[in-house]
Amino acid sequence: MNYVPNMNRRSFVVGAAAVGGGLALGLDLPLGPKVVRAADGTPEINAWVVIRPDETVVVRVVRTEMGQGTLTGLAQLVAEELECDWSKVTTEYPTPGESLARKRVWGDFSTGGSRGIRMSHEYVRKGGAAARMMLLQAAANEWKVPVAEVTVDKGVITHKGSGRSTTYGKVADAAAKLEAPKDPPLKDRKDWKIAGKPLLRLDTPDKVTGKTVYGIDVKLPGLLNAAIRDCPVQGGKIKSFDAAKVTGMPGVKKVVQVGDSGVAVVADTWWHAKTAVDALPVVWDEGENVKVSSATIAEWLKAGLDADQAFVGNENGDAKGVIAAAAKKVEAVYAYPYQNHAPMEPMNATARWTESKCEVWCPTQNAESAFAATLAASGLPADKCDVYKTYVAGGGFGRRGAFHDYVRQAVLIAKEMPGTPVKLLWTREEDMTHGRYHPVMQCKLTGAFDKDNNLTGLHMRLSGQSILANVFPQNLVNGKDPLTFQGLMPQGQEHAFGYTVPNLMIDHSMRNPHILPGFWRGVNINQNAIFLECFMDELAHSVGQDPLEFRRKLMSKHPRNLAVLNAVAEKAGWGRPAPQGIYRGLAQMMAFNSYVAACAEISVSNDKIKVHRIVAATDPGYGVNPAQIERQVAGSFVYGLSALFYQECTVKNGRIEQENFDTYNSMRINEMPKVETILIEGGGTVWGGVGEPTICVAAPAVMNAYFAATGKRIRSFPLKNHNIQMA
Amino acid sequence: MARLTINGTAHDIDVDPNTPLLWAIRENVGLTGTKYGCGIAQCGACTVHIDGVATRSCGVVVSDAVGKQITTIEGLAANGVLHKVQKAWIEHDVPQCGYCQSGMIMAVAALLKEKPKPTDADIDAAITNICRCGTFQQVREAVHMAANA
Repeated sequence: MNYVPNMNRRSFVVGAAAVGGGLALGLDLPLGPKVVRAADGTPEINAWVVIRPDETVVVRVVRTEMGQGTLTGLAQLVAEELECDWSKVTTEYPTPGESLARKRVWGDFSTGGSRGIRMSHEYVRKGGAAARMMLLQAAANEWKVPVAEVTVDKGVITHKGSGRSTTYGKVADAAAKLEAPKDPPLKDRKDWKIAGKPLLRLDTPDKVTGKTVYGIDVKLPGLLNAAIRDCPVQGGKIKSFDAAKVTGMPGVKKVVQVGDSGVAVVADTWWHAKTAVDALPVVWDEGENVKVSSATIAEWLKAGLDADQAFVGNENGDAKGVIAAAAKKVEAVYAYPYQNHAPMEPMNATARWTESKCEVWCPTQNAESAFAATLAASGLPADKCDVYKTYVAGGGFGRRGAFHDYVRQAVLIAKEMPGTPVKLLWTREEDMTHGRYHPVMQCKLTGAFDKDNNLTGLHMRLSGQSILANVFPQNLVNGKDPLTFQGLMPQGQEHAFGYTVPNLMIDHSMRNPHILPGFWRGVNINQNAIFLECFMDELAHSVGQDPLEFRRKLMSKHPRNLAVLNAVAEKAGWGRPAPQGIYRGLAQMMAFNSYVAACAEISVSNDKIKVHRIVAATDPGYGVNPAQIERQVAGSFVYGLSALFYQECTVKNGRIEQENFDTYNSMRINEMPKVETILIEGGGTVWGGVGEPTICVAAPAVMNAYFAATGKRIRSFPLKNHNIQMA
Repeated sequence: MARLTINGTAHDIDVDPNTPLLWAIRENVGLTGTKYGCGIAQCGACTVHIDGVATRSCGVVVSDAVGKQITTIEGLAANGVLHKVQKAWIEHDVPQCGYCQSGMIMAVAALLKEKPKPTDADIDAAITNICRCGTFQQVREAVHMAANA
């Protein structure tokens, strides 16, 4: 489906063509005896499937496509159970307004936490299976034969006994009137024919011709454009601005204050708007936060490394006692910086507001969250608002999930010009300095050994910023942010610690600077994997043990962690001599219910690190599209290594200093290692995610290889601060 | 007023001659396949061909592009037939979010014109576009695929 921004778009009409029982259902939320029709009048089989008379199969997807391949993967899962012709499959996005009107028939829209597929696979597959059963029943009814005698292959239904056949498109109308089966059985993984295959993505062709409409490309009749400046210091406000200085500039239509901290210029073109807003004299009241700098934040976090009060995230035995009495102790302190998501498409949203309707067109990872922002800013009730998500987002990485500041701003601006659609686009500079940053964290790790060099105790003290405390404080548990412990949590959780240490203490001294934190692809495993996996390497070397063997001894109760680690070690040739000048490093982690590991091969020359090759293994339980998993894994190293080598947002006078890619670099193709991906489908009842977990093993694998090459440990990042370049 | 020749068509547009070519293409001509990523010629999302040379259009003003042949992603296919780079991109499923890919494809198309069989070193030297999704491995493979097409 091509996203066509259409002001009158109504994809679904709830009609009253009633026959039979509760049909046209999502599975658990009956609407009553109604047939729901798509915009073109085609009755839907259920909320997930519409089949047009020309045999086109429209699969509804509410999770966002932002590059990670979820759109195609979810369509594969529905198509698998539906037994339709894959070449006839297309997709469309329901809107949150439509979903609300149908009692959230499509469930959660949120596309973060690597949950696009893992959290919806079951109900979308059931949607496909239920639709198949209804279509077969419709054919059987028409032929007056038992449905058990009817088979389907690629959307062609056959009754072998009589030799009759028909198609999905022909029986769709009748099928839509049948009662939906309540709990359709699902196929075994081994029987998959469409899912589990490395099929090409559905959204590629328009991306190579420039036809794909991103949020920045939305066109509407009478559209005006807005550029904005928000206070550079979070928490600051506008004191005054001199609109008269810019109202006469080319194309300028209006200067609008946005909330208490921003000011926008609306003009005929965005370039005119941007030129004027740059020229606009603004006086800020920057507030108390202007006193904050990276140094003051670092000092505050440092104090937390030994603070008495801390939230305990994982504990067994008596780590502190064992450490105090240890034959040998090893201690290290690590630090992780603020980072911006920097998706290639800067934040933007288009809004049109009237007293009776507020509509928003935008890229978002969670259209329901964008909808909530729209409601709040518009002052209108839910039935007078809607959000039309663009077909793809130009990257998300967590920036467009829980945070819809850009939607709020667009609606507030549009509200000042009733009836006129206004597209707000942030400059890259606005985007870089108004992020929701990867939180800062420091970590002090202390390991204890007995006289036989067995690891008897480990204490990890985290000190730094909580995302939940700022974003979802209702999810704190007695003040504790459980998400801080991603990858370090007790066994059985979706981000569990992958080792058995007899005496363990992992705790967090929470310190929340004013810089707004956010969910940055991978979230807290990024720093936690560096802390833990680099320190595991330190511990191993401190007792003269091989880092792989050292880990293996602690992993007997963590077979899936061990399996991915073994897989990369074996494929990379760990334990066998590396080529001349090449050094290897390992890391593993479990998060988002997936197990990941990497073995990096690097060389070092004159403070330049060349990452030659990375062998990566991932076990998400099930692989819906192995080709896309391979791409997510390879891309994860671009995200993770860019962060390791280049990326830090520093704070000076309360504001973020880096404004564009010249000071916030991202690696290029010449720096790209060869990534070899191993996909392990470990099965199980709980599916894992793919988009995020692998990122976290990139940095520790490379840093452990760096130690192997140089004997040096670096414990603060990015590496550019140590004058280390990426070759 | 300025006359820009884009994809073989002359466009007379009412625009300040100091406007970046990127914005003239996107807003005054209405071709939105060329993307804004940084505005300072760092990322390459806005790459177009000017007289056949891959150029970051955010760093060129309209007056400097007058009288030259400008090609955007919309004009890369000829007579309805996709360019071999576009074909390779589809066949190899290169794009992830795709936002940077117009610029990436334009940069690669220019490279292949200059060096029909580029080595990995040629690719490394010529392709300096940022891709945050990290498609580089597939980009490299698809460049070789297109070169051998």
